Amino acid sequence: MDLTWSPEEEAFRQEAREWLAANVPANPLPSGDTREGFAAHLEWERALFEARWSVVSWPEAYGGRDASLWQWLVFEDEYHRAGAPARVTQNGIFLLAPTVFAFGTQEQQRRILPRMAAAQDLWAQGWSEPGAGSDLAGIRSRAVRDEGAGGWRLTGQKTWTTRGAFCTHLFGLFRTDPEAERHRGLTYFLVPLDAPGVTVRGFERLDGDEGFAEVFLDDVLVSDGDVLGGVGEGWRVAMATTGSERGLTLRSPGRFLHTADRLLDLARAKGPGARRDRDRVVQSWIEAQAYELFTLEQVTSIVEGRQVGAESSLNKLFWSQLDIALHETAAELLGPEAEVDGSWSRGFLFSLAGPIYAGTNEIQRNIVAERLLGLPRR
Amino acid sequence: MRFAVAEHDAALAEAAGEVLTKQAGAEQIRAGWPGGRTEGVDAVWRTLAGVGVTGALVPENADGVGLGLDENALAPLMEAFGRSGLPVPAAETVAVGAPLLAAAGAPQLPSVLRGSALLTVSLAPDAPVPFAARADLIAVPRGDELRLYSRDEVETEPVDSVDGSRRLARVHAPAGGGLLLAEGPAELAVAYRRGVLATAALLVGLGERMLELTVAHVRERHQFGVPVGSFQAVKHALADVELAVRFARPAVLAAGWAQAAGDPETAVRTSMAKVLASEAARKAARTAIQCHGAMGYTTEYDLHLYAKRAWALAGDWGGPAEHREFIARRLGLGLAGASGIVSEGTGT
Repeated sequence: MDLTWSPEEEAFRQEAREWLAANVPANPLPSGDTREGFAAHLEWERALFEARWSVVSWPEAYGGRDASLWQWLVFEDEYHRAGAPARVTQNGIFLLAPTVFAFGTQEQQRRILPRMAAAQDLWAQGWSEPGAGSDLAGIRSRAVRDEGAGGWRLTGQKTWTTRGAFCTHLFGLFRTDPEAERHRGLTYFLVPLDAPGVTVRGFERLDGDEGFAEVFLDDVLVSDGDVLGGVGEGWRVAMATTGSERGLTLRSPGRFLHTADRLLDLARAKGPGARRDRDRVVQSWIEAQAYELFTLEQVTSIVEGRQVGAESSLNKLFWSQLDIALHETAAELLGPEAEVDGSWSRGFLFSLAGPIYAGTNEIQRNIVAERLLGLPRR
Repeated sequence: MRFAVAEHDAALAEAAGEVLTKQAGAEQIRAGWPGGRTEGVDAVWRTLAGVGVTGALVPENADGVGLGLDENALAPLMEAFGRSGLPVPAAETVAVGAPLLAAAGAPQLPSVLRGSALLTVSLAPDAPVPFAARADLIAVPRGDELRLYSRDEVETEPVDSVDGSRRLARVHAPAGGGLLLAEGPAELAVAYRRGVLATAALLVGLGERMLELTVAHVRERHQFGVPVGSFQAVKHALADVELAVRFARPAVLAAGWAQAAGDPETAVRTSMAKVLASEAARKAARTAIQCHGAMGYTTEYDLHLYAKRAWALAGDWGGPAEHREFIARRLGLGLAGASGIVSEGTGT
């Protein structure tokens, strides 16, 4: 065991800290889940890219710094501590990019990744459909081969697409073989949202922001080069990277450590308070530290070459519950002030999405029970 | 940064785990209860002592086995004890007592290291002392000191406890006499934190064991024509136990590292570990009993032996509320005037 950072990691931390201190906008940006806010966030994303902080773990050739997983964690920690803006590009960077690195052709990597890093192309995730949320294999949107046009014709509807109304591209699963079993016969496609036949309609989320969109596809033509990982391989390709969404790459400990520190500040400002409130504050703070420690253990495993599989479901369960606990505790301390629109109330509303997106917590518990504990499926 | 148990820290735990798996089952735990014959338990303890367990934290020049181990090795070793449920003062002897006897040059040390004299320690004034009803050597606080007595130097008053194998007794020791083992807040704090760490690790091991017993049960037990473990309500309850135990374990390992490395956050890390491990083991016990149905509510089935140990240890060496209160003060949230062993023992 050695829980100390190396001099190289400390130097990396220092460099990140100094840049963030000099560049993080003094006033919080408007929500990135509104059209104006999204535009403001793009300026920030481009500033990050210019200084090569937008994708630190990527190869230098694609705009990254070739940072190790440890350095990435350090960067995330500093990023959240600095109160830097939420990443509106995260669905591309954290969800699509690992898949492109693992399954994309060289042509696809060169075409997609640098533009993603520079926030020129903005990617939305098109997995959920009105009839298929956590039951992802139940999707009905289809792609039909058009030999004459030399591509695929996509038809169907995607929904609950985060920031879909502001993005330029969509990645998602489409059924290419209606005869095959549910999990087979799916293909992973990359779709430009300005293609003829695409209609995007934004709608409000629980927090009032227009951060969701429905995407209607009506005979949208895409090329063979827009298939990621092979025809009929969609499920395998998607599953190989869902761990990123549930696990540590989407939700690094930094954001929860930072929220826990803000909760402490709030509790200190409010004075000693009832023991029960103090107890809740401390418990939430402890759990944020526990999430970091669990992550450090996991990263060690990954760095030493072991596979982290269904464990990412443990991450997802833990951070989503922790996020709600942190915000509910803050609401308790704020009393009547809790209903005032602000970072705590907005954070609370957003935390409610945690147990739903990236596969509901019910699904995650089934995965833990079946794959980690070995309980029977049916 | 490397968050993994090093090979040399795992080796002793593995050796002890092998002995415990082969020789210490539920029968041994039952033997620890009043009226049971503890010869078998004592024999396992001596075997473990022979492997070097009792002297794990004792330096070679003080008759230890000289494995060069520190608190990093304590967590995995105690997890193995927790899993087995062997009714012995493992935390009290290995983590707290033996290193203090070594530092004090106590003549009783060799017999403790051989496992022929049973040693117990408590740092909580006036609380019932685990294993004091059958220990040969008993260390208890007198004022600002920790003193070691032989059993005929003190008056012991056995107390019935939820976990009968803990063999609790109230100990009335003379103000003078005994051998001085530690004095002052700094020395007591080191001893106290080791006790807390070891107990937290025992709780993680217990939690894992109860989860395993329950998973095995719900896979086999059929109701309504299918295994009980295929019901989503059961799966979700056990997934939550897995979650609690898996997140407590790294916190315990980190506390061990902090103690060994002299990390400035040692006290807080140690209290965190105890909070998480206590809550995880309580959840494991509660859920395990629920998932076993009425079987889980009998003393004929083994589960209760582990559950009762978990309840006892969750409160021993400071319960979650006490440790949270300590952390609250450390984080600048506390009330003035709060007291207790946590604040005294970790005040430096």
